[in-house]
Amino acid sequence: MFAIFQYPFIQNALIAGSMVAIVAAVLGYFLIVRGLSFAGHALSSIGFAGAAGAVLLGVSPIYGLMVFTVTASIAISILGREVRERDVATGVIMTFALGLGILFLSLYHGYAEQAYSILFGTIVGVSRDDVVFTFLLGLILLIMIAIIGRPLLFSSFDAELAETRGVPVRALGSIFLVLIALTISITTQVVGVLLVFALLIGPPATAVRLVHQPFRAIVLAAILGLTYTWLGILLGGNSPWPVSFFITALSFGVYLPVRLSSKGIDSKRSAKGFEKLSVADPALPSEKERHD
Amino acid sequence: MIEILRHSFVQNAFLAGVIVAILSSFVGYFIILRGQAFACEALSHVGFTGALAAALVGASALEGMFLFTLLAAFGIGALGKRLSGRDLEVGMVLSFVLGLGVLFLSLYTKNATEAVGVLFGSILSVTINDVQVILGSGVFIIILMVVLFRPLLFASVEPEVAEARGIPVQQLSILFLILLAISVAVAVKVVGVLLVFALLVVPAAAAEHLTHRPWLAIGTSILISLFSVLAGLILAFIGHWPVSFYIVSLTSLFYFMALIVHALRSPRRYRELPHPSREVFPPSD
Repeated sequence: MFAIFQYPFIQNALIAGSMVAIVAAVLGYFLIVRGLSFAGHALSSIGFAGAAGAVLLGVSPIYGLMVFTVTASIAISILGREVRERDVATGVIMTFALGLGILFLSLYHGYAEQAYSILFGTIVGVSRDDVVFTFLLGLILLIMIAIIGRPLLFSSFDAELAETRGVPVRALGSIFLVLIALTISITTQVVGVLLVFALLIGPPATAVRLVHQPFRAIVLAAILGLTYTWLGILLGGNSPWPVSFFITALSFGVYLPVRLSSKGIDSKRSAKGFEKLSVADPALPSEKERHD
Repeated sequence: MIEILRHSFVQNAFLAGVIVAILSSFVGYFIILRGQAFACEALSHVGFTGALAAALVGASALEGMFLFTLLAAFGIGALGKRLSGRDLEVGMVLSFVLGLGVLFLSLYTKNATEAVGVLFGSILSVTINDVQVILGSGVFIIILMVVLFRPLLFASVEPEVAEARGIPVQQLSILFLILLAISVAVAVKVVGVLLVFALLVVPAAAAEHLTHRPWLAIGTSILISLFSVLAGLILAFIGHWPVSFYIVSLTSLFYFMALIVHALRSPRRYRELPHPSREVFPPSD
């Protein structure tokens, strides 16, 4: 069962997968707190066009993914500001990008197989170069989120108050979307464009239902993400079924019972979590100040 | 060009495209009004798994999609009573179902062509049987939408007031999800799972920017999607690019044009007047 770990491609998969799992879980937490899960989904679909375009040009899909998702994240934060219905604007950009993706792929020859690997991930096909790149980018992303995490959290919970305290709310929001775009670019290698949710949203969505203090939730999300990825690779390596299926099934299989057993308490609890946070951190407003 | 129209697969494609364009405008108007764009997205992904499961047991793709999207519609309706937090649940179900789709795909065949057909649409492979099913569901949906138009509109715009007036808001909401599920299943046949948004949401969103009158908005939306589907099909026969790419590009183009028209048209007097606090802190949204 564990013999598969001798193969270099499985080792590559494990290293890249671990980094991706941690980064996705940490950034996913903020995505949930900000209520941007749809944008996460849309950015990954937009990445499909980028990956397909890169394949057409003969470069590694990761570069195409990065260019498209980062551009789209900037477009979304500009459009979303002017247009009332951000979801729809996001959806239109997403659909158009998917249309472009299908065009790129139809111009390319190995059409169906290539589409499949972009859409559903090919973790065992990750090369040593990809691993190094993923690792470095993941590290940068973690450092960035460590720097902006605290003000970002503050502005996510109470944007107006944060603004009056001098937190650059809009700039933070835009930077965050760019970070999400980069996270999605590397996550796509593991689970594919369509299943990014399983690593980006699944672990933090489960974690916020179990613990309510932000830092603990982030750590728990990272642990969950790592577990899903390792188990997924282990199970996928030992069976004919795809790795991405196991990761999504684990992610959902843990989320479902947790979600059902903690029905309807999320809004109350997250408010409580905020109070705890404010007591622990003098930089954040206290209970009394918030009600003034 | 006219020669092409003699082929039965071309006729089927045009028929299916026209029906789907009309019915999706009715449903799309309410998707926008009720803010259920994400639910529509999720249902279409569920349709993917349905189509592949059908392929696995040897049934037709449409049957599989109907079964799975309907089940998912009930699931979404039962799970998410509160609007907040619904995105997460929908998203989680969505990714799990897609994962199942991948599994079915790997069980069914190593060949990915089937999946790509479902994902990106295969309007040229629509059979006369499919056209009949699409026509049947189209007529069913449009009649129901016309009958339920006023209560559904009321329940979508002012759910609390509608409830107080004795309108069964909850039941209407589930019924709408069911209609949405059927529309998604037939729209997938035309543009594919990933591009369902292009027909169900984009034309309606464009129309919504052009007019606030419900029937006029639906009419505009029908015009936009009919034009996009027909022009998309014709362009695809002339050029060599996929039909769904043309349809998506055309509807997106309409959406962005509508955005511009809307921005140019909004009269000055409705703009927010400068306010002391707003001058210091610009509105965050």
